[in-house]
Amino acid sequence: SVGPKCYGGTYTVTLIPGDGIGQETAAAVKSVFGAAKVPVEFEQFDLSGFTPENDKLMQEALASLRRNKVGLKGILYTPIRLGHSSFNVAMRKELDIYASVAHCKNIPGINARHKDVDFVIIRENTEGEYSGLEHQSFPGVVESLKIITRPKTERIARYAFDYALRHGRKRVTIVHKANIMKLADGLFLNTCRAVAKEYPTIQHNDMIVDNTAMQLVSRPQQFDVMVMPNLYGSIVSNIGAGIIGGAGIVPGANYGREFAIFEPGSRHVAKDIQGRNTANPSSLILSSVMMLRHLQLNEHADQIEKAVHKTLSVDGIRTPDLGGSQSTTDFTKAVIRNL
Amino acid sequence: QYNGQKNSQGNYEVTLIPGDGIGPEISRSVERIFSAAQVPISWESVDVTPVLRDGKTVIPDEALHSILRTKIALKGPLATPIGKGHVSLNLTLRRTFNLYANVRPCKSVPGFATQYSNVDTVLIRENTEGEYSGIEHEVVGGVMQSIKLITRPASERVARFAFAHAIATGRNHVTAVHKANIMKLSDGLFLQACQEVARDFPQVQFDEVLLDRACLQIVQDPAQYANTVMVMPNLYGDILSDMCAGLIGGLGLTPSGNIGRDASIFESVHGTGPDIAGLDKANPTALLLSSCMMLRHMNLNSFADRIESAALSTIAEGKAITADLGGKASNTQFTDAIIKKL
Ligand SMILES: Nc1ncnc2c1ncn2[C@@H]1O[C@H](COP(=O)(O)OP(=O)(O)OP(=O)(O)O)[C@@H](O)[C@H]1O
Ligand SMILES: Nc1ncnc2c1ncn2[C@@H]1O[C@H](COP(=O)(O)OP(=O)(O)OP(=O)(O)O)[C@@H](O)[C@H]1O
Ligand SMILES: [Mg+2]
Ligand SMILES: [Mg+2]
Repeated sequence: SVGPKCYGGTYTVTLIPGDGIGQETAAAVKSVFGAAKVPVEFEQFDLSGFTPENDKLMQEALASLRRNKVGLKGILYTPIRLGHSSFNVAMRKELDIYASVAHCKNIPGINARHKDVDFVIIRENTEGEYSGLEHQSFPGVVESLKIITRPKTERIARYAFDYALRHGRKRVTIVHKANIMKLADGLFLNTCRAVAKEYPTIQHNDMIVDNTAMQLVSRPQQFDVMVMPNLYGSIVSNIGAGIIGGAGIVPGANYGREFAIFEPGSRHVAKDIQGRNTANPSSLILSSVMMLRHLQLNEHADQIEKAVHKTLSVDGIRTPDLGGSQSTTDFTKAVIRNL
Repeated sequence: QYNGQKNSQGNYEVTLIPGDGIGPEISRSVERIFSAAQVPISWESVDVTPVLRDGKTVIPDEALHSILRTKIALKGPLATPIGKGHVSLNLTLRRTFNLYANVRPCKSVPGFATQYSNVDTVLIRENTEGEYSGIEHEVVGGVMQSIKLITRPASERVARFAFAHAIATGRNHVTAVHKANIMKLSDGLFLQACQEVARDFPQVQFDEVLLDRACLQIVQDPAQYANTVMVMPNLYGDILSDMCAGLIGGLGLTPSGNIGRDASIFESVHGTGPDIAGLDKANPTALLLSSCMMLRHMNLNSFADRIESAALSTIAEGKAITADLGGKASNTQFTDAIIKKL
């Protein structure tokens, strides 16, 4: 497949700030990139999930992603119950960006419930409970279809085991509910186990999702790489964020064969703090660091990551979500100082 | 609503399912504590080892009839036979008695330190449908479909129960947990049922939260959920209730009640503890707190309060606690210590 778009050493990347705190955090990334002279040009699309059927901008953004292969994105609001279906999901499906990766790791100095947490959540992004197939079979009776297929499960399982190999990790935990959903989750579990056989140097175990939730809040250190269907990923990534200090510091990425979109790991719009200059831009900046690694701009990635960590850990510059009182722009300035 | 009558000895009759593994030991503790506290109930002990009838898992007639008569049961952990076409026994019990609401409170135990000290959540899980419908099939080779079934009557019934429970426990606040941005029709129907029922309870505050946000917030600061009753579809309740249990130290301490149309069954949610069965090491607290929930359901609140405070203060003192809580006492010694406080 064709690589990311790059002319004269400069990459063009699609930027979708998203709703809520999207504009503020995207602005932070842009100033940091500018100060660090990162060779990335953004093509920005200010689409919003609050517009009823903003197909045009959505289509333009998709076309841009198709051209550029790489995107940085905040979260688009999704109407509840009525209204259009999730633009976030539509984008991942449209581009077949099947593997979502979120990394939960303590940041030194940040007060967290648990120490020594360092696990990676790999979540199937294109089927499962997010199939969007629902119907009212009779008034007052609704059926929602969860779809699990062998090819897509094989693909995500391979991704997880390859990830473990590439990153020197030891173990993959398969999260499921096969005791109740014997066919669907049973297929997921058995397929992952079969794939595991191709990776004799990586250990694997499996865990029922409710027990996983309990283990995450009591002994999260036991986890290394975790692989799971779509919905469980949403739950696990939010529990994971909660135990290391919140949604403001967890980065994430979504990879497909051809395209990659980088977005905060626990995927919140955060409209409750929109426009107040209080959002923590770390999750988006750290997502952009993952993007720079994807573009093999490793030096820039390391430089920015170190600056964010120094700002948080050494300088103690904290936005309100981490108990501090500094603003988004204060934080961003400090990161730039630390470059 | 429990409306059992006292028998000729002046006692309410309650079915006891001691269960497997450590079940008989912890059930015995509850029996001893109840008799020491002179709780006006008499136990009818039954065995629910499942039988296959016409290819379906059913519970034995004797147990069935006992529960249908007493309308109330206390249950220890059960081992589901693996293979042989059995569905989970817990599922069988829920279906047999229409146990539509699963109530799972989690409260930090004073004196038992965990990462969290301020947990006081109450969660109500729809118990009969949703992702547990059991309707699944293979569409073509390698493509499985699992149907999540949400109906208006079941959603309304559990919502109504949540509001009644909020009033009865003085919380006066209900929070619906859902994912209706993604599952617009199914979770949408559940949410709509909650919103409609909320109109019948103007004195109770109502709000709604997305599942992912609830996970994040509870783990970050459970105090935010200390004044509400959460209500949610089956699978979310399963996962979130275990997560909350994790916050206070695991399943050894959390009670649970299944409220039903035909009966109500209170149970410890932990497993059969095969590694410690028969060794007098099991912690009976989860089953004991479940029995206190049961007493409150039967309007025997003063007995529940006495037993609960005796048990919790025994744990807080830490002199006679079981190994899972970091102590050295046997189940018997822990039970004796509680009885002494009554
Ligand atoms: N980068 C961030 N910095 C600070 N706080 C954040 C960040 N991201 C998320 N949060 C917080 O995490 C919580 C969950 O966010 P969420 O997106 O669910 O809020 P919301 O979209 O406003 O809520 P809802 O749509 O559920 O009513 C919010 O309180 C939000 O402020
Ligand atoms: N009430 C209890 N008191 C003390 N320890 C307990 C209690 N319940 C469970 N445990 C311990 O917690 C661990 C897990 O127990 P659990 O009963 O779930 O085991 P299991 O092998 O999953 O059993 P099952 O097959 O019945 O689910 C075991 O080490 C067990 O001894
Ligand atoms: Mg469970
Ligand atoms: Mg078990």
